[in-house]
Amino acid sequence: AQALEGMFKERTVDDVLKALGDKPTPSDQIVLTTPDIAENGSVVPITVKSSLPSTTDIYLIIEKNPNPFAAAFAIPDQTDAMISARVKVAQTSNVIAVVKADGKLFSATRETKVTLGGCGG
Amino acid sequence: MGSPMKIRAAIKDGRTEVKVLIAHPMETGFRKDPEGKTIPGHYINEVVAKHNDKVVLSAVWGPAVSQNPFIQFQFVGGTPGDSVSVTWKDNQGDSRTDQVALS
Repeated sequence: AQALEGMFKERTVDDVLKALGDKPTPSDQIVLTTPDIAENGSVVPITVKSSLPSTTDIYLIIEKNPNPFAAAFAIPDQTDAMISARVKVAQTSNVIAVVKADGKLFSATRETKVTLGGCGG
Repeated sequence: MGSPMKIRAAIKDGRTEVKVLIAHPMETGFRKDPEGKTIPGHYINEVVAKHNDKVVLSAVWGPAVSQNPFIQFQFVGGTPGDSVSVTWKDNQGDSRTDQVALS
């Protein structure tokens, strides 16, 4: 847990990925579910499901947030590699799920549009 | 100590599905009050869920997790009477643990 503390201070996705280690490989074994349009950026539901064998960690990164690194989840053997949570998305942004499986990093990316004022535009 | 969490843990097809709703402001530290003073960050940075004594999920969070955080996950196993507990700690040194019994 301590090792991750500094990650929350990083200001760009590149710096976050550098701190995580390798550049992740895009993978269709990760299903990232986010709303296409979020009328309320302060509560955006995200679900990440990894079918990669030996998934041990799931990281949530919001590209355009002031600090992109949002959350890290460690998945023990007994637990399915699937997590749902709600995060803040400051503005229209790519949401990146990074999965560590068998010691290697993989990713899935989806854009969520944030509409301000809640007028649904 | 914060308000009690709402924890739901249900056994389904050999798995236990857990839903947790935590009462917490998750203040980012970026917002300003009406006088223009920055509101200090106040957010949960650590969450651990246990099935009996075994950790089934551990999380490290920053302030980008939403106010009153919700998480859902599932693990293999679980029999009626087992305990599922969740503990959080925040950046101001506060913490709370709640638990439910599987039914």
